[in-house]
Amino acid sequence: MISKDEVKHVAGLARIGVTEKELEGFSHDLSATLDWIKQLDEVDATKILPTAHITGMNDISREDNIGSFINREKIVELFPESKNGYAKVKSVL
Amino acid sequence: MIKELHQKLINKEITSEQLTLDYLMRIEEKDKDIFAYLTLTKDLALEQARKVDAKISRGEKIGLLEGIPGAIKDNLCISGVRTTAASKILDNYIAPYDATVIKKLKEVGAVFLGKTNLDELAMGSSTENSAYGVTKNPLDLTRVSGGSSGGSAAAVAAGEAVWALGTDTGGSIREPASFCGVVGLKPTYGRVSRYGAIAMASSLDQIGPLTKSVEDAAIILSVIAGQDNLDATSAHSTGKDYTKYLTGEVQGLRIGIVAEYIDGLGEKEKKSILEVIEKYKKLGAEILEIELPYAKYSLATYYIIQPCEVSSNLARYDGIKYGLSVDDEKDSGIKEIGMPKKLLETYLDSRQYGLGKEVKRRIMLGTYALSAGYYDAYYLKAQKVRTLIKKDFEKAFEKVDLILAPTAPTPAFKLGEKTDDPLQMYLADMFSITANIVGVPAISVPGPEVEVDGKKLPFGFQLMAKWFDEENLLRAAHAYEINK
Repeated sequence: MISKDEVKHVAGLARIGVTEKELEGFSHDLSATLDWIKQLDEVDATKILPTAHITGMNDISREDNIGSFINREKIVELFPESKNGYAKVKSVL
Repeated sequence: MIKELHQKLINKEITSEQLTLDYLMRIEEKDKDIFAYLTLTKDLALEQARKVDAKISRGEKIGLLEGIPGAIKDNLCISGVRTTAASKILDNYIAPYDATVIKKLKEVGAVFLGKTNLDELAMGSSTENSAYGVTKNPLDLTRVSGGSSGGSAAAVAAGEAVWALGTDTGGSIREPASFCGVVGLKPTYGRVSRYGAIAMASSLDQIGPLTKSVEDAAIILSVIAGQDNLDATSAHSTGKDYTKYLTGEVQGLRIGIVAEYIDGLGEKEKKSILEVIEKYKKLGAEILEIELPYAKYSLATYYIIQPCEVSSNLARYDGIKYGLSVDDEKDSGIKEIGMPKKLLETYLDSRQYGLGKEVKRRIMLGTYALSAGYYDAYYLKAQKVRTLIKKDFEKAFEKVDLILAPTAPTPAFKLGEKTDDPLQMYLADMFSITANIVGVPAISVPGPEVEVDGKKLPFGFQLMAKWFDEENLLRAAHAYEINK
């Protein structure tokens, strides 16, 4: 069971604002899903290697060349706040 | 269908402009009820169509897909076109670049009618999670179109597009294809570049076509497949014409079936799938029983891996770089050390108001599973079980060339039937999800219909093939289709 306090903690980590009412719902839904996922406990996989990439490809590399992006101003237009062609960020310090 | 239209274009029986206008008119007539489209790109479509017409009138040769109008799922970027992924967080997002699949389709002169509806950020199995409204099933408006590519499936089924692109992370092309009675192909992971697809779960996502026929799916795949420097996971392959493998026969092919998959179905669904098996026997395929002992853990494995990757991928929606940015000036009550309150509140508020309930559920589930102390128990464990499921398939494919299974446990369910219970909704993907977990190509093909409440509804069956063996996958799917 994931308590409301735990949901609030996770919501903070996930940077999602939640109302008091939502906490209850998420506590229920997350608990139900986590209980259901417990079926994996039946599987002994201690000696098995994990799979992150399924087709087993090797790394692809390329020259790290600087290029220009043709649609720069279109990206600037998407900034919620901008100044002199740069994204304006809230104070981080 | 694409070939027929292509013939009409080159015989000058119809122009691409007229064809495009016909489809736009049908959208205007029907889409009020269905709601397959979020955005129409009429001007772009007509411009693309006129270019093709000019080529034809100059006597130049045109390609198969040239001048043929299709629809694009709204989580694929078309430069200059609004791309929302059916989320309020991207409500105002105008894509500044083309996805690689879009670039390739533009190069061959395909026409884009518009962007189709989906479950928000491609999370869901019914398109009921869209922030803009639900896409109804064109064959029964009281039922869902499936999801997450419900808009694309409905558009093709309703004749509102000749073809469509979707994305499939756990069945999001195949399940709606089954529900709407069309063909849906999820290629091998890596077959198609994911560049410009709005990322959801990067180790599972793949782009593919939804079409009226297997041949059409092969035509689209031939265009969109291939290695791309902009997606390091895209596999080396390019320039293949998949229609060449549509021989109309299955001689010598060995098709595996899993007893539990079939026994677990309802009577009517079972009857449908058994008829398909009989048909393949008659066509000369060898049917063999196989076992996939770990496959039953695919769904649980998915609901760890997918939310974890979602939690990481969706961190980009921060209210700073693009998309919705909100500060409601209220204290969220969340205390986070290490950053100024104002910045934190912008993150919290933008995501609170911009993201829907299911998306939040998955982000939080993933964040929880990846948080300190839980990594080994959840994500690492799921990746290990993923290895075991993959080994099941490797072993099975020593014995068979293809695996036949249902696409979904039932035909399209009723609107609202599963919206209150996320777990019930997740179960709709129980047969489709395994192909994403192991990365193999899979296709849903309309099988014998299933009667529900006195009404015949489409019911798809699914074929899965070895990694990168789309040839045999399409060959077998096509053989069924033309012989049924």
